[in-house]
Amino acid sequence: MSVGDWLSELANWVFLLLAIPTLVASVMVVSSKNVVRAVLYLVIALAGTAALFLMLGAEFVGWTVVLVYLGAVIILFLIGIMITRAPLTKSVELSEPMSAKVPAALLSFLLFGVVAWAVVQSFDSKVIPLPDEATRTAELGYSIFTSWVIPFEVVSFVLLAALIGGIVLARQDPATPVEQPR
Amino acid sequence: MVASALPLLVFIQENHEEVHAGDGGTLAEFAWLIPVVPMVMAFAILFFGKFSPWKGWGMATAALGFVAVYGIVLTVVNLQDGIVTQSAIDVGQIGIFTIEWGVVVDGLSIMMFFLVGIVGFLVFVYANGYMRGDPRYTWFFASFTLFAGGMLVLVSAPNLIQLIVGWELVGVASYLLIGHYWEDLENVDAANKAFMTNKVADAALFLGAIVMAASAGTFNFAEIFERMIGGETDLATLGFWAGLLLFIGAMGKSAQFPFHVWLPDAMAGPTPVSALMHAATMVTAGVYLLARLFPFYQLPEFAGSLNTIIVIIGAITLFFMGLLAIVQDDIKRVLAYSTVSQLGYMVAAMGVGAYSAGLFHLFTHAFFKGLLFLGAGSVIHAVHSNYMKDMGGLRRYMPVTFWTFLIGTAALVGLFPFAGFWSKDEIIASAYFNATENAEAAAWFMVALSIAGAFITAFYMMRALSLTFFGTYRGTVEPHESKSIMTIPLILLAVGAAFTGLLNIPGLTSVFTGWVTTRAFPIMEHHFDAPDILLIAIVTPVVLLGLGAGWLLWGPQRELVHTTIGETDDISAPERQTTVERPTYSVPVLTPILVNKYYIDDLYMNALVRPTMGPIADATVWVDDHVIDAVPNLVALGSKQIAEAVVVIDTNAVDGVYHAAAGLTGATGRFLRLLLPGNVHQYVALSFAGVVAIVALFIIF
Amino acid sequence: MTIVQFILLGAAMFSVGLYGVLTRRNAVLILASVEVMLAAVNVNLVAFDVYLADQASTGQVFALFVIALAAAEAGIGIAIVLMIFRNRHSADVDELDLMRY
Repeated sequence: MSVGDWLSELANWVFLLLAIPTLVASVMVVSSKNVVRAVLYLVIALAGTAALFLMLGAEFVGWTVVLVYLGAVIILFLIGIMITRAPLTKSVELSEPMSAKVPAALLSFLLFGVVAWAVVQSFDSKVIPLPDEATRTAELGYSIFTSWVIPFEVVSFVLLAALIGGIVLARQDPATPVEQPR
Repeated sequence: MVASALPLLVFIQENHEEVHAGDGGTLAEFAWLIPVVPMVMAFAILFFGKFSPWKGWGMATAALGFVAVYGIVLTVVNLQDGIVTQSAIDVGQIGIFTIEWGVVVDGLSIMMFFLVGIVGFLVFVYANGYMRGDPRYTWFFASFTLFAGGMLVLVSAPNLIQLIVGWELVGVASYLLIGHYWEDLENVDAANKAFMTNKVADAALFLGAIVMAASAGTFNFAEIFERMIGGETDLATLGFWAGLLLFIGAMGKSAQFPFHVWLPDAMAGPTPVSALMHAATMVTAGVYLLARLFPFYQLPEFAGSLNTIIVIIGAITLFFMGLLAIVQDDIKRVLAYSTVSQLGYMVAAMGVGAYSAGLFHLFTHAFFKGLLFLGAGSVIHAVHSNYMKDMGGLRRYMPVTFWTFLIGTAALVGLFPFAGFWSKDEIIASAYFNATENAEAAAWFMVALSIAGAFITAFYMMRALSLTFFGTYRGTVEPHESKSIMTIPLILLAVGAAFTGLLNIPGLTSVFTGWVTTRAFPIMEHHFDAPDILLIAIVTPVVLLGLGAGWLLWGPQRELVHTTIGETDDISAPERQTTVERPTYSVPVLTPILVNKYYIDDLYMNALVRPTMGPIADATVWVDDHVIDAVPNLVALGSKQIAEAVVVIDTNAVDGVYHAAAGLTGATGRFLRLLLPGNVHQYVALSFAGVVAIVALFIIF
Repeated sequence: MTIVQFILLGAAMFSVGLYGVLTRRNAVLILASVEVMLAAVNVNLVAFDVYLADQASTGQVFALFVIALAAAEAGIGIAIVLMIFRNRHSADVDELDLMRY
């Protein structure tokens, strides 16, 4: 398929409309000099992915992204930034010097280049058959609790561990006397 | 002895089986206790004596008392039934020789048990008083008991090996006891001299034992005699040499000329030691050996002309040693030379075949010589000096000692009716009989010297008696009679000295003869039916002459009193200093020879001792250091070289491996360290690279 | 809509996120970059799921798991960053060099 053919479909324009901000936002996440702005760009990136999911008909996954990522994880990041007293204004200290950035950039380009070439070689113009209706959540749920129940349980354990671990790790040392307001 | 040789041998061959004696029953069965008890007690005293109430004296005297009682009981039984038995246990085997250890219980050994037990017991009792306050009291009694044990081992030995063991044991005990006062070098030298002289003679003893055993194929006495008579041995040819070598060994222990030099010096030991060992018992071991082997010595087919040699040596010893007693000032040395002289009598008696006479003299001599020594000890203890120049007039201060000493002297010189009269006269009579029967020149020599010896004995004993007990006291210490623990043994021994002579009056009682001839093999000797009146008529005046001459020359009437007036300011009471002395006579040539003991000691010293101590000793040391030690030194040197080489190898090669390994590990570590920087980004980069690699592997393969 | 465009988007976002992890000094921003990478993975998974019209919706289920785990990991990561900040008073990862030789 040629680029012209591809561009003639309306779905692809919507795709571009969603994908480009997502990509740009993720680039800004990794290169912004302002911490808070970087996290907010992350919001945009994640929101973009959620929209793409919706476009593909994976409604449950999309709204889960919104709920979990945008609702909780981002808050967590913001709290983290605040507690670690990150400089809230522009700062050059957020990234490695150029001597480190160049090899990293090269590596990234290389990675992308290799994958892109391999993918294009394999999948050339295969089309995604969009379903008539979105994925049914009930089927998703059914799939989780029959085929994938064991990973589900394991993930629940992991979440439990993360919950407890997070509390243990982050609490104040009990031996350290906490200053009581007089 | 007998007229001709052949009938004796034949007689013995036919009769030796018929020994009329019992076997002693249980008494003899347990006779092995007699040597064992003192030996064990000696070690018990050594370990426990210090803790016992009498510091070992009680234990020692108890052991001797046991031997004395057992000896008396055995004597009584022997006199009634006779005991001839021996028992032994096998200890080992060397080639064809069986080594046994056991006891012989027959008349001869019972006599020695009796003697060692009784005289030993009395001397031990006496020693309690004499040795009181001595710093090595316990050790003294341990050694003394060891001696008693060794002597009993010797006299109860059924074979030559055990006899030699006992011989050496008493030699060791003698060395220890002579050197008891080892703080003075003289005493140590005396002990060494005794031991060395004995050792030289012992070399001959060993050789003799080996020759005899090799000829007979056994060490056991009874078996040797059996085989000898049965003609199964080589003793007909080798007997002379075996007997000669054994006799030389006996000469050493019994101080016969020329091995006599150790006995006078042995007087350096305490007086009880001199009394028991060097008068009564140890020195008689040589005579005992001759007596034990008498079945061999009495047969000229085997002993050959040995008896002549024995007689000559005995006679020479008898006379010439007696002469030396005349010039001694030390009272113990007078008695020592007297002992040597009397031992000459005993040895010569054995040589002329007077078996029971010689043993009888041994028996009586033990009593009166022991008595004389203990008496001398009593005197020495009182005046704190051995020398007669510090004595004199002691009969007033020490009556018991005086009277017992007097009885002992009478016995020694051979005055009727005391013991020495009977025993000495029997010997002279036997010698005379032998001389007249066989017309042997040696026997005549013996007779002549014996009679002269009787004169000499009386002469020097009267000198000693008079210088010690008569006249004016010349010493510095106030003398007093000894304690009863010392005087009671004196009295008891005096009784023995007085009355033991009655045991063997020729023609009347022959108790003693019967006693000692109760043996497995018949002893052939001449028995006298009556005392030889002719001999008595010759000897008794000779003795009296000797006594008279001694009194004449050294009696109290000969005292010289020198009075000197000392310097003082008071002219009315001048200080008088009185010194008393007895005359010393000096015969121009003879006296120096006698005083220097015939220069024999000097001869030995210069010819034997100095060369050995000097050049020979040095040469031996050189050989030891360079030749004998060369091998171990080379081995050590070689080992050292090897050790050094090993060290080099170890340090370089072996340790090198370790160092290399360690170095390699270190280098590897240093290298690997670089892989993990502390930088988080690099960690991520590295792990990502790893993941990519794995994925690539999956894709490719 | 071709599958290629979604895969390319996912690859691009993944590379960008990788660049961020390797480059950023602030620990929280490193975690944010990791979130970007995980989002890229999710895109890929869901795209393939729809492409293959899986009956069991395996891709979407997997994407849900990834979201849950990413959230957990972010939580723990922030906790650790807080602890490090308490200790070192800095969130700069270049200062965490105690293990450096």
